[in-house]
Amino acid sequence: MTPIRRIESRVAVFSGENIDTDQIIPARFLTTTQREGLGQHCFADWRYDQEGKERPEFALHRPELRNAGVLLAGRNFGCGSSREHAPWALLDLGIQVVISTQIADIFRNNALKNGLLPIVVNAEQWQAIAGFETQTIAVDLERQQIELPDGQTIAFEVEGFARQCLLRGVDQLGYLLAESAAIDTFEKAA
Amino acid sequence: MNNTVATPRTLIDKIWDAHLVRAESADAPAILYIDLHLVHEVTSPQAFSELRGRGLKVRRPDRTLVTLDHSTPTLPAGTDGKLPYANAQTAQQVAQLEANCAEFGLELNGFGSGKRGVVHVMGPELGATQPGMTIVCGDSHTATHGAFGALAFGIGTTEVGHVLATQCLLQRRPKTMAVTVDGRLPAGVGAKDLILHIIGVLGVDGGTGHVIEYRGEAIRALSMEQRMTLCNMSIEAGARAGLVAPDQTTIDWLRGRPRVPQGEAFEAKAGEWLNLTSDTGARFNREIRIDAAQVAPTVTWGTNPGQVTAIDRAVPRAGDAQSERALAYMGFKGGHSLLGEKVDVVFIGSCTNGRLSDLREAADILRGRRIAAHVRMLVVPGSDQVKRQAEEEGLNEVFKAAGAEWREPGCSMCIAMNGDQVGPGQLAVSTSNRNFEGRQGPGARTVLASPATAAACALAGVIADPRSWGGMSDAA
Ligand code: SF4
Repeated sequence: MTPIRRIESRVAVFSGENIDTDQIIPARFLTTTQREGLGQHCFADWRYDQEGKERPEFALHRPELRNAGVLLAGRNFGCGSSREHAPWALLDLGIQVVISTQIADIFRNNALKNGLLPIVVNAEQWQAIAGFETQTIAVDLERQQIELPDGQTIAFEVEGFARQCLLRGVDQLGYLLAESAAIDTFEKAA
Repeated sequence: MNNTVATPRTLIDKIWDAHLVRAESADAPAILYIDLHLVHEVTSPQAFSELRGRGLKVRRPDRTLVTLDHSTPTLPAGTDGKLPYANAQTAQQVAQLEANCAEFGLELNGFGSGKRGVVHVMGPELGATQPGMTIVCGDSHTATHGAFGALAFGIGTTEVGHVLATQCLLQRRPKTMAVTVDGRLPAGVGAKDLILHIIGVLGVDGGTGHVIEYRGEAIRALSMEQRMTLCNMSIEAGARAGLVAPDQTTIDWLRGRPRVPQGEAFEAKAGEWLNLTSDTGARFNREIRIDAAQVAPTVTWGTNPGQVTAIDRAVPRAGDAQSERALAYMGFKGGHSLLGEKVDVVFIGSCTNGRLSDLREAADILRGRRIAAHVRMLVVPGSDQVKRQAEEEGLNEVFKAAGAEWREPGCSMCIAMNGDQVGPGQLAVSTSNRNFEGRQGPGARTVLASPATAAACALAGVIADPRSWGGMSDAA
């Protein structure tokens, strides 16, 4: 996994609440046996009409947001299924950071394991960021702060272990495998 | 700590503590040992690829239970012996899991095994799900297994790889919530109504970060199947998991199942299991109480499972952008009840309501009657075993005589991956667990309901109150 330290990118705003995993990646695209290539189907039912043509009103279809890497989403983003296809699809689409006032547990967990940064802010901070829709903001994982174009900074929390893994680009399976002696001991005692 | 009197602990914390390979610290999450890992074709291929890429084995094939359910057809094989897959990818996904099982030495409860089923129906009926266990699956409805007093939760594919390779997960201790349901459910009201009601109270994110323990008189009165329906939908309130402490109902249900100890060994185990309770005075991070008498047959009116209403009550008037959007998508008007709304499709099945008792509940209403001519009704048993038992009782004949289709086991229209879909704009009354936009097919509109309500709607051809069709008169 590539280490993440600082991301500078434009902000797209999806203000709807409870954006569920079936919206992020509809189930009919879960038939893949790979991780790659899901970006084209991300938010499929919002992005394309019934003939498969792009809907111009979809936020990420605005020319200035085609390469947006930061998604500012309404409360409870990523609720629903455990499908890791959701962060895979978002990353494949170019989204590197999701900011919301609440992020569903399993989605957050999955995102962290794939280098998609989930950040929870309060309602006031959410509004402040929304004021910079389409503009470039910085998300600094090392300093744990969001830097807005007007110089404001917003501090955020990331679980310490996951943060270290992201900063160093290490994956957690390696960490678990290194503990196999402890796992052996546990199994023998059980 | 050096306390002489131990601090009272919740059942959730007891199970957690008993599975710590390493406790958590400020710098690192806990290493939690997993007793049972359930695997299906949709969320596992990339995990097996990871193991293959690193030259790793599956650490405990004996703790890994594999089946095929999400992409499998629900129509039988054709005269050529081939299963009618929806497309090449679903067939490929199934073939991939078959190949992965062969390569990694895993037993597959696949086609022809007689044991295949929706993963959360199959695990319990085989007796693989047992009290006090930690259970995971790459599937958010793993909470179902909490009905047995297990700590059971959904994980992503990366974590599926972690469990395959190490039988462990890196986790932070969850917060605990007690949902106490006092009193008794009224006649004609079941576990599905209760959990929809609870999600309505908690909201779709009210459980975030928590594991719920369901307790109280109404919970103790539920059968194991009903407890599974209840725990199954814990995730729809945002909770990681939900569980019910084991009691005699749990023990009696498990006795004699293939994967539990047999004879005296079982009775010894049962004694241990009955000790799995929250200590008196144990503190939960959050506690809520529900009055069972207030629960009516409940349905969803919107596009998330927290948007619920008692079936004979008016849908709330749109007050915010979210409900407005939901009402617009569903084509419903705030301020009116849903009774009388035309229904196109009825689906009975899924890990929420695809067990034998659910099929009986629906069949009791349908027996000797015909569904409305314009309704398409699909009945999909949750497993091979459920299908066999239902056929022994003649339930399949009841469904067919009523005009419904009787299918092979699988997830089917719950997730609409296998070709069983609701058409754009069609209204489906479904016993599954998610009414998200497009969940049952692009543009499909879903009303979640109990099997009794779904059956009543099929007969009436419109949204109907099961109590007026004689549904579940003894509330069993
Ligand atoms: S029946 Fe539905 S909710 Fe249950 S495991 Fe299958 S797809 Fe998931």
